Amino acid sequence: MAEGGGAGPILVAEGLAKAFGGPRVVDGVSFALQRGAITGLIGPNGAGKTTLFNLVAASLRPDAGALHLDGAPIHGLRPDQVFGLGLGRTFQIPRPFPAMTVLENVMLAPQHQQGERFWANWIRPGAVAAEEKRNRARAMHWLDFVGLARLAQEPARVLSGGQRKLLELARVLVAEPRLILLDEPGAGVAPPLLEIIMQKIVALNQAGTSFLIVEHNMDLIAALCRPVMVMAQGRLLMQGTPDEVRGDTRVIEAYLGIEAA
Amino acid sequence: MELIPALSYLAFFLVFAGIFAVMALGLNLQWGFTGLFNVGVAGFVAVGAYASALLTGPPEPDRLGGFGLPVLVGWIGAMVASGIAAFIVGVAALRLREDYLAITTFGIAVVIQLVALNAQAITGGPFGIQSIPKPFADALGAGLAWNLTYLGLVVLVLGVAWWALDRLVASPWGRVLRAIREDELAAASLGKRAAAFRLQSFVLGCMLMGLGGALYAHFVGYIAPEDFLPVLTFQVWAMLIVGGSGRNAGAVLGAVLVWAIWSVSGGLIRGLLPAAEQARGAALQVVLIGVLIAAILVLRPRGVLGERATVSRHAAGD
Ligand SMILES: Nc1ncnc2c1ncn2[C@@H]1O[C@H](COP(=O)(O)OP(=O)(O)OP(=O)(O)O)[C@@H](O)[C@H]1O
Ligand SMILES: [Mg+2]
Repeated sequence: MAEGGGAGPILVAEGLAKAFGGPRVVDGVSFALQRGAITGLIGPNGAGKTTLFNLVAASLRPDAGALHLDGAPIHGLRPDQVFGLGLGRTFQIPRPFPAMTVLENVMLAPQHQQGERFWANWIRPGAVAAEEKRNRARAMHWLDFVGLARLAQEPARVLSGGQRKLLELARVLVAEPRLILLDEPGAGVAPPLLEIIMQKIVALNQAGTSFLIVEHNMDLIAALCRPVMVMAQGRLLMQGTPDEVRGDTRVIEAYLGIEAA
Repeated sequence: MELIPALSYLAFFLVFAGIFAVMALGLNLQWGFTGLFNVGVAGFVAVGAYASALLTGPPEPDRLGGFGLPVLVGWIGAMVASGIAAFIVGVAALRLREDYLAITTFGIAVVIQLVALNAQAITGGPFGIQSIPKPFADALGAGLAWNLTYLGLVVLVLGVAWWALDRLVASPWGRVLRAIREDELAAASLGKRAAAFRLQSFVLGCMLMGLGGALYAHFVGYIAPEDFLPVLTFQVWAMLIVGGSGRNAGAVLGAVLVWAIWSVSGGLIRGLLPAAEQARGAALQVVLIGVLIAAILVLRPRGVLGERATVSRHAAGD
């Protein structure tokens, strides 16, 4: 507890490594995310960004390395435990629950729901109903925010690719994590809406939420992210402001696929 | 047709349908709402039947029990015993891949049946357990009045089970089950511990199967190992598939439909086939139900009643 909520970095990764039977896809990655920052993570296709996300969110087990969230070790925990500690994530390829309504996709996400204890539905139905009412209002708020409110009662399978991204965003936001990992939040989202979402990320950030964002859209990165980390072939190349990163020859070489000397 | 025997048969038929419905509700929680492939239904039914028989029966000199406890205690004990058995099986098997649950539960059911057959000091071995008390039989005798009374009890139990399950599945708890079934990784990334919810669902479902076993034992008055063969598992599965998994009404409707088909076809086989062919005729029943399942799966893949998109009753459209 002494270290929690302090001024130190919100997330520290040391020597994370992962291979899928072949060469290491994430190869000894260490970084610290500043509390209250929106950190960007960029890099060419196949650099290992999504794999790094999966390691941090415990969807994958690292071959080596350590992770601390607010000073507490989280390596070796299950994904549900990591989420319970306040680390939320979205998927690059969205994973809605297709046969469930859009509304209930979002209502699922809040933590510590009494109604998720089966006996509470028998012995405390009133409390569960009241909690569901609050959750429903919260969910509708976030669905409204991402522009999906009118589809609330449709099964999620009817959503388009971009709408699925928005649903995932609403789903993670409703749980109010302290650190949110977004894997290409802008991909497939139409520009006007993306503009609104970027504003909202800034607002959430000012209210205290930290972000790590993977994105290929450099405008989004330049507008939101300080600092930006660059990843290529499983390693972190450099870290800096968007302008520093854009001007760096190593980064340009990595994007063009030229072997760095 | 005379009225009293016809009524009596109808009550008899409905009692069995109701007991099967309780079991099918348990299986529906596991398969329809959680996606757990339990093919050991008969084993958990047996545990409940024997537990209640031992708890409530009169003392026997050469066998464990009976303890002469009230029937209600026996029914609760049946649920506890099946629940404990399910907990042990579930903790061991649910962490394995999905298909292993099928193999494990099938194996467990066979083992339970073999134990019932051989552990003479507890189960009475091949002769089973006789003189299981029939509630209110002292006052009502063995005729129509008792059949109707027991039917009332079964309907009451079924109603309570149905109500309790409807509360459960149309709730945030049921929503988590659905999410885990649709995409376990996504559910985990939203903080839901799949293993814990699966285990809860498995245990609760098996408790209902055990309760069904107890209802059966006290209706018939005696149980033997051959009451709990794999064909029982097949029947309950057929009921769920025909009625429509994922809806409690489907499980109950399926129980009545399949039990009706089973009873009528059994009666026809007994009436039409010569004695020497009866055993083969019984196999025809299984084939008949199998054809019915195949037809339902082709015509209505989600059963007679299907599944809804809204889970929690608090999240329905206005
Ligand atoms: N489960 C897996 N099994 C085998 N290889 C994998 C697996 N997941 C990722 N990889 C490989 O790891 C490398 C990095 O993949 P990753 O998805 O992390 O890249 P990325 O930086 O997110 O790329 P993009 O920008 O295209 O999303 C790729 O070469 C990919 O083929
Ligand atoms: Mg990626």
